[in-house]
Amino acid sequence: MTDTPESTIPEPQLNRRSFLKGCTTVAAALGISEAMIPKLVEAATSAQRPPVIWLHFQECTGCTESLLRASHPDIARLILDIISLDYHETVMAPAGHQAEKSMHDTLDKFAGKFLCVVEGGIPTKDKGIYCKIGGRTAMEILADVAPKAAAIIAIGSCAAYGGIQAASPNPTGAVGVKDLVSGTPVINVPGCPPNPISFLGTVLHYLTFGRLPVTDNLGRPLFAYGRRIHDHCERRAHFDEGRFAEQFGDYGHRNGYCLYKVGCKGPGTFANCPSVRFNDVDVWPVSVGHGCIGCTEPDFWDTMTPFYERLPNVNVPGIAGVTNIDKAGKTILGIAAAAVGIHAAVGIGKSMVTGCGCKDKK
Amino acid sequence: MAERITIDPITRIEGHLRIDAEVDGGKVTKAWSSGQMWRGIEVILQGRDPRDAWLFAQRICGVCTTVHALASVRAVENALQMEIPLNAQYVRNIVQGIHAMQDHIVHFYVLSALDWVDVVSALSADPVKTAALAGSLSAWPNNSAKRFKAVQDKVKTLVESGQLGPFANGYWGHPAMKLPPEANLMAVSHYLEALDYQRKATQALAIISGKNPHIQNLSVGGVTTALNPDSDSALNMERLYWIKQLVQEVQTFIQQVYLPDVAAIGALYKDWLPYGPGVLNYMAVPDFPIDAKATKFEMPGGTIMGGDLATIKPISNFNDPYFHKNVVENITHAWYKGDWTKHPYEGETVPEYTEFNDKGKYSWLKAPRFDNKPMQVGPLAHLLVGYAQGHKEIIKNVNGALNLVSTIAGVTVGPEVLHSTLGRHVARAVRASMITDLTLKHWELLVDNIGKGDLTIFNKPVFPKGEQRGVGMHEAPRGTLSHWIVIQDGKIKNYQCVVPSTWNAGPRGKDELPGPYEASLVGNPIADAKLPLEVLRTVHSFDPCIACAVHMLDTEGKETIKVKAV
Repeated sequence: MTDTPESTIPEPQLNRRSFLKGCTTVAAALGISEAMIPKLVEAATSAQRPPVIWLHFQECTGCTESLLRASHPDIARLILDIISLDYHETVMAPAGHQAEKSMHDTLDKFAGKFLCVVEGGIPTKDKGIYCKIGGRTAMEILADVAPKAAAIIAIGSCAAYGGIQAASPNPTGAVGVKDLVSGTPVINVPGCPPNPISFLGTVLHYLTFGRLPVTDNLGRPLFAYGRRIHDHCERRAHFDEGRFAEQFGDYGHRNGYCLYKVGCKGPGTFANCPSVRFNDVDVWPVSVGHGCIGCTEPDFWDTMTPFYERLPNVNVPGIAGVTNIDKAGKTILGIAAAAVGIHAAVGIGKSMVTGCGCKDKK
Repeated sequence: MAERITIDPITRIEGHLRIDAEVDGGKVTKAWSSGQMWRGIEVILQGRDPRDAWLFAQRICGVCTTVHALASVRAVENALQMEIPLNAQYVRNIVQGIHAMQDHIVHFYVLSALDWVDVVSALSADPVKTAALAGSLSAWPNNSAKRFKAVQDKVKTLVESGQLGPFANGYWGHPAMKLPPEANLMAVSHYLEALDYQRKATQALAIISGKNPHIQNLSVGGVTTALNPDSDSALNMERLYWIKQLVQEVQTFIQQVYLPDVAAIGALYKDWLPYGPGVLNYMAVPDFPIDAKATKFEMPGGTIMGGDLATIKPISNFNDPYFHKNVVENITHAWYKGDWTKHPYEGETVPEYTEFNDKGKYSWLKAPRFDNKPMQVGPLAHLLVGYAQGHKEIIKNVNGALNLVSTIAGVTVGPEVLHSTLGRHVARAVRASMITDLTLKHWELLVDNIGKGDLTIFNKPVFPKGEQRGVGMHEAPRGTLSHWIVIQDGKIKNYQCVVPSTWNAGPRGKDELPGPYEASLVGNPIADAKLPLEVLRTVHSFDPCIACAVHMLDTEGKETIKVKAV
């Protein structure tokens, strides 16, 4: 097993002593007097910048990459001025034991106070052996960290709902954070990856008010997922008038007509893409000519595919056979059989995680 | 006495990677590379619509976002033997070019620089001397004493806060850190600027692709980026010139900051030039097609064996049987069921986990082989393959970078130094610069073609009954990528990806030959086995795309060293 806080730090005095030694080194490096050390110690333990532990599980790092594209705040301002990103495998300087020490330091010093971000799904099949970090499975790490966090943000559709690895036949029994964690508040910021605006908005809301923003019944903040894409798409007027692109590159496509017939899943998807857009250059997939793929919805890899076929059950002007569009996009693929096996695995994973730490939380 | 170290997680990479190494007499004598995550995307793709595959495949990686998308649509098009419109070719080339620019910048500054640059040392630098140093390397206007002082103050504030965040527990003061404080301060300043410039690149990419990471403008048969100079709902001249301006801004950063920084690190760490060669069989595939049928390419492909440029054999196009026939994957040491060597069309993905067993199975990565040999892929392979074929632009750019290193180091270095850990960094910077030139060239080609009235972007794919097989090749930022698809009656029957990091980070094969990571670590100096910074240097030089881990074990495989770094 990997080192744990208990095994590496036998007594609190030693921890503090090594910490003071660290402050001395820093003071020397800064060329400031040792008289400053108590101030450094105070600053370090009072956490002027809220500590954040960012866990990577079954993921592609696309959510982290999306954060690199953010502008307000940009990544430098975020990690230098707003939060203290104490553990994040993609950007942190240390590796291996030194990296794990960074995590344990924060778990020890700021238990109950740090914000946890989870990126990626959690494999539960075969005791979770499909994702291991430092010798521990993703399930074991989540069981260790989640109960000690003040709140958890599940960034991306993988951490929120299992994501692509949970697509049928879900070979690794991948699930989202909420499937495993109870007792710590969890908010979902889905998308593949989500717009960094939605993630950062959630963080800033939490840091300002000390509570998570209001969510819908899928755990998503209303400020970012409260509206159906189809209802505030700039091409909606074309839909209502029955003007569609029939094929990529045709007259309608070149002139901004509705993309429903080339597969757009906007009628079944809730997100702010049309209003906040991406990368600060006033675009989103639909504005450039590709339909929405429904990436903020649970199980969209199964319910929204094939991506280039029309979403069924949508009231379309001029097309017969219509039903309620609220039911759109949920029943396309028959995945019930695969889901049964996965639910059994989730049960095991959940008992592992909740049985392993949530008890400690009052 | 040999001791064994395990680094898990390897950080500042994509994915979960564990590296084990035996260290004897201050040097690595043996190494093992172990991928620690499996998601089963190849299994998930079976039975689905081949047109959807690229959207799934792109999620293999969000750092190398776009590259799996491109390889996937090319695989389906290759299976159908269909061509795409010229505009689609240009749009795809611009997309892959901008992505590579961003990816290489992020790799050097965000993922690698902290292996060579001591952030804490920057605090004792003299900003005026730093400006003098930076001014001697480049004309970059932000290299002022004022700017360096401001950056130094920022670092000081961070350190004084006691909350170092991602910089806590870094290898500050490590004996292998050799840069003078001024070079460190310059690099920290450029690290922060790199964050801004990589963002500009992603903005250019988003204008043409709808968003990123994970672009949404491809389609089997072409692209979905609507072209129309007379519409505000399509790529028009305002949008096109915005892309050009952003690319040019990033080009200046690459030429005046990234390239000189890499050359300076190469020169100031010249003791490191002999380390990290590893596997000297190199491979690249042709890319940046310039015609609709993809028969001619801006950048050539081929193989080099044993580090001898005279062995060059070209890979000429997407149908070249030299590539199609010679790629296999072996699972002797990988966590999959059985012990076989198979061509990707016949490949299976049935997991069988056994814990880490270096005599048996120890990684989720398969071991790819080309003509039965392990191959190194990546920007270095890409440039060497072109160099060996007399590609004028490649020779000019490589020699230019080597001259810069020679000038700073005060000794003349030739192309032989490229077979190394630092050589991979130099090659990547050179490639970033060349790709930028190509991106702008294909921007011109696209605009010219639109000017002729051609707005075509898409040929509709038709899936006949029966079986079709195809490979999608792409020379990605991390090297040769290939997606292999078998289509049966319009559905995916088999899908296998042989990715750059599989070539480089793969385990031993049935031949027991180490993969490139494993081979390149042998001979690496290790000053302090508890703080294996040097291992990170060499592993990071490949730009790993896995996501990872690092621990110390004894030779019996038990953890013996508990590291409690201050």
